[in-house]
Amino acid sequence: MPYLSLAIFLPIVCGGLLLAIGRDDQKHAVRWLALVAAVASFLVTLPLIHLFDTATAAMQFVENQPWISRFNIRYHLGVDGISMWFVPLTAFITVIVVIAAWEVIDTRVNQYLGAFLILSGLMVGVFSALDGMLFYVFFEATLIPMYIIIGVWGGANRVYAAFKFFLYTLAGSLLMLIALIYLYAQSGGSFDIQTWHKLPLSGTAQTWLFFAFLAAFSVKVPMWPVHTWLPDAHVEAPTGGSVVLAAIMLKLGCYGFLRFSLPIAPDAAREWDWLIITMSLIAVVYIGLVALVQKDMKKLVAYSSIAHMGFVTLGFFIFNELGVSGGLVQMIAHGFVSGAMFLCIGVLYDRVHSREIAAYGGVVNTMPKFTAFAVFFGMANCGLPATAGFVGEWMVILGTVQYDFWLGGVAATALIFGAAYTLWMVKRVYFGDIANDDVRALTDINGREFLMLAVLAIATLYMGLYPKPFTDVMHESVTELLKHVALTKIPA
Amino acid sequence: MNDMNWLAIYPEILLLVMGCVVALADLWVTDEQRRPTYWLTQLTLVVVGGMHFYYYDAGVTTYAMQGMVVADSMGHLLAGFACLATLITLVYARPYAASRDMLKGELFILSLFALLGINVMLSANNFLVIYLGLELMSLSLYALVALRRDHAVSTEAAMKYFVLGALASGFLLYGLSMMYGATGSLTIPEVFDVISKGIPNKAVLVFGTVFVVAGLAFKLGAAPFHMWVPDVYQGAPTAVTLLIGGAPKLAAFAITVRLLVEGMIGLAVDWQQMLVVLSVMSLLIGNLAAIAQTNLKRMLAYSTIANMGFMVLGMTAGVVDNSTVWGANAYSAAMFYAVTYVLTTLGTFGMIILLSRQGHEAEEIKDLAGLAKRSPWFALVMTLFMFSLAGVPPTVGFYAKLAVLQALVVNGMPFYIGLAVFAVAVSLVGAFYYLRIVKVMFFDAPTDTAPLAAPADVRFVMTLNGAAVLVFGLLPGGLLDLCRHAIRQALTT
Repeated sequence: MPYLSLAIFLPIVCGGLLLAIGRDDQKHAVRWLALVAAVASFLVTLPLIHLFDTATAAMQFVENQPWISRFNIRYHLGVDGISMWFVPLTAFITVIVVIAAWEVIDTRVNQYLGAFLILSGLMVGVFSALDGMLFYVFFEATLIPMYIIIGVWGGANRVYAAFKFFLYTLAGSLLMLIALIYLYAQSGGSFDIQTWHKLPLSGTAQTWLFFAFLAAFSVKVPMWPVHTWLPDAHVEAPTGGSVVLAAIMLKLGCYGFLRFSLPIAPDAAREWDWLIITMSLIAVVYIGLVALVQKDMKKLVAYSSIAHMGFVTLGFFIFNELGVSGGLVQMIAHGFVSGAMFLCIGVLYDRVHSREIAAYGGVVNTMPKFTAFAVFFGMANCGLPATAGFVGEWMVILGTVQYDFWLGGVAATALIFGAAYTLWMVKRVYFGDIANDDVRALTDINGREFLMLAVLAIATLYMGLYPKPFTDVMHESVTELLKHVALTKIPA
Repeated sequence: MNDMNWLAIYPEILLLVMGCVVALADLWVTDEQRRPTYWLTQLTLVVVGGMHFYYYDAGVTTYAMQGMVVADSMGHLLAGFACLATLITLVYARPYAASRDMLKGELFILSLFALLGINVMLSANNFLVIYLGLELMSLSLYALVALRRDHAVSTEAAMKYFVLGALASGFLLYGLSMMYGATGSLTIPEVFDVISKGIPNKAVLVFGTVFVVAGLAFKLGAAPFHMWVPDVYQGAPTAVTLLIGGAPKLAAFAITVRLLVEGMIGLAVDWQQMLVVLSVMSLLIGNLAAIAQTNLKRMLAYSTIANMGFMVLGMTAGVVDNSTVWGANAYSAAMFYAVTYVLTTLGTFGMIILLSRQGHEAEEIKDLAGLAKRSPWFALVMTLFMFSLAGVPPTVGFYAKLAVLQALVVNGMPFYIGLAVFAVAVSLVGAFYYLRIVKVMFFDAPTDTAPLAAPADVRFVMTLNGAAVLVFGLLPGGLLDLCRHAIRQALTT
């Protein structure tokens, strides 16, 4: 069975169908149809988890067909331990997003849900593409639905945010396009990523390629100092947009480092690792401090995402297994936790229509069930042991200490900042006395909201208590990658 | 090579005859809607286009009219597309013309003759034939721009177009006469032979090349010879803008290949430098000036300049270090760019036509406001066109840009890689103003809530046009192969 093709095209086709036939006077039918499509798209990714062979680093579920023969571009899909988990994760988050939008989105419902389904398929495509150009096509195409989602259903300043999001990302990825074509020329006419992994390249060429890829992926991650689009995009995006952005889209950039930068330009990666490590640590420490002073909840979580992504890139560029696996685990965990954090903000926003921390206070008195979830996810966000947030951070810190004790020390401060900004926000929003009439009038979460938060809570808890299924899948691929990166590709 | 070989130019003869037949028949048409004229024209276009596509893969290059014209894959393919483009243009143009008192026989007859001129250029094997075709096309287009005689802006545009066009023709003719002086021949293969045997009079030849390139740049609308483009695009009735922006671009590409590549590849080092300057300036001026426009037609005119710059960029990478191994790759990339650009641009101008109604010219960007609420389907199609022009996958515009960039980077020369980076950087600027259109359509509130009124045939063709942009984006392989095959054949003979 071509599971990967199904995982990509089932949501895209369903999304296209929703766009074509859905009308605003049949909102209910549209919602159910989208839910069925999202669940079905998630179900077809489950065999990947089941049938994945953890004993090999080779690509699995490979599909390889010629696509554009003129440039030898192939429809080449496959996943290894690095990418496998992101396929079900993407489909899973899409189900949550459809549920989250249920009553909240009331205008152009079919377009909203259709855009998310298409986006979901495209992102699965990014994670499973093994052809450079196929990767690029999916990578770029994700911009279109997101641009529209932010621009149509976003907040007051949505147009600015949508443009900034699109142009920032496009600027980075166009340089990558040149890099891809250059690799195509150097490899004698192949866009195959695995061929590129083996391709010998001179030191200068590797450096240029490394920076071209860095331009694309650092914007997407986003890394300090090209992170400024993210807070804008998050603040203006509708809840679903924020969830997908934080949970999946940021991971596209991190994934790109592992699939392109490290294996294609290993010598340059080793030479410039200090740069990435510095940028990551700045993200962890400085952005952590920036998060502390935010007045807007969404902005706070957005900055917290940047800090967490700093951990991921730090883990990747210390070149040991704890670091890389830790980064990967952190990516998945952040998918659950940040998604949930944005959903919590969405729950409050739907009721009070404010994201200001100052507009709340004492929510626990009127929404006890909701507060339990919110506090739990807050704890996970600051890396409390037994939650998913802890595992990745702990592995990365351990790996960093192995690499250099003092760097490890700096990285560990992130736990302190993380705890500080998250808990301070939790205190101000949820605890204390009821601050105003808006809060007094709040009603606790309904069954639908309970369901989506509970599912994410279970996932977060499960991953925190028993991360072995995740790390087992990664182990072989990560070891293989590190072996590959340690060898020079410069022709003698 | 020295016989008449009428068979090879049947499509052109048919087009000429039918042009005359339509002109005569139209005298007896009393129908206000000009239905017989319209359908006869469309039938002609279908048959002529069909013949070209049918002859496309004849496999051999044949010469006719004693070596004056050539029938090869490139000519047939581009002619087929030119017929198709004219056909689509007329479908879009008819309702627009009808509501503006322009639906006269002249519209169809002049379109047919313009197309004949284009086809003559496409199959020219001789400098004078190129000139002949060029003038036939240009004179028809001048008249078409002025079709609304009582409309001051149109008349002004026609005047500008005519004066500058005549100047460009003069440049071209002057350049060609110098080429003749230096090589002693007007026939393209003979000029090629003379140059490849050793350049007799390099100074005269290069001087002539400068004029030829300047003339071509005028016709392409490449900066710094782009001045007429915005004024004419804006001033001409939108239906005629559509005609100017479509098929003639294919002809301009074809004569560039015929003159520079087939005739003067030996001087590539010289004309490539000029093309680099042209394309860099066009990309800069086109993209930067487009940002400031509030008039949609004017914005698209600057976008045309930028796009022509991108296409020309593809032609600069054909000869590297005196080696022509990259030639077929580079020129076929440019050809693919030209064909797909025309496909997209037809749709965008078609959309402007759809937006305008009786007594209201929808040419401002703000006229698109809230189109997603008024007519979601057309908004979606227009979005496809915009993303295609911006070069975002999975639309066909992305592969056009990819093909050109690939042609630049593949030879591994730092200079060309630098050009590619530059092109990419200015495309980013371009993305901004195309995105702004999408923004206006989707994010802004409509000023007018009535859905677009479009006749069924326009609706159908517009949908097909949008689908083509997407389908060629998902499966561009076939068209890419066609272009490469055509260029290879043109280069080997």
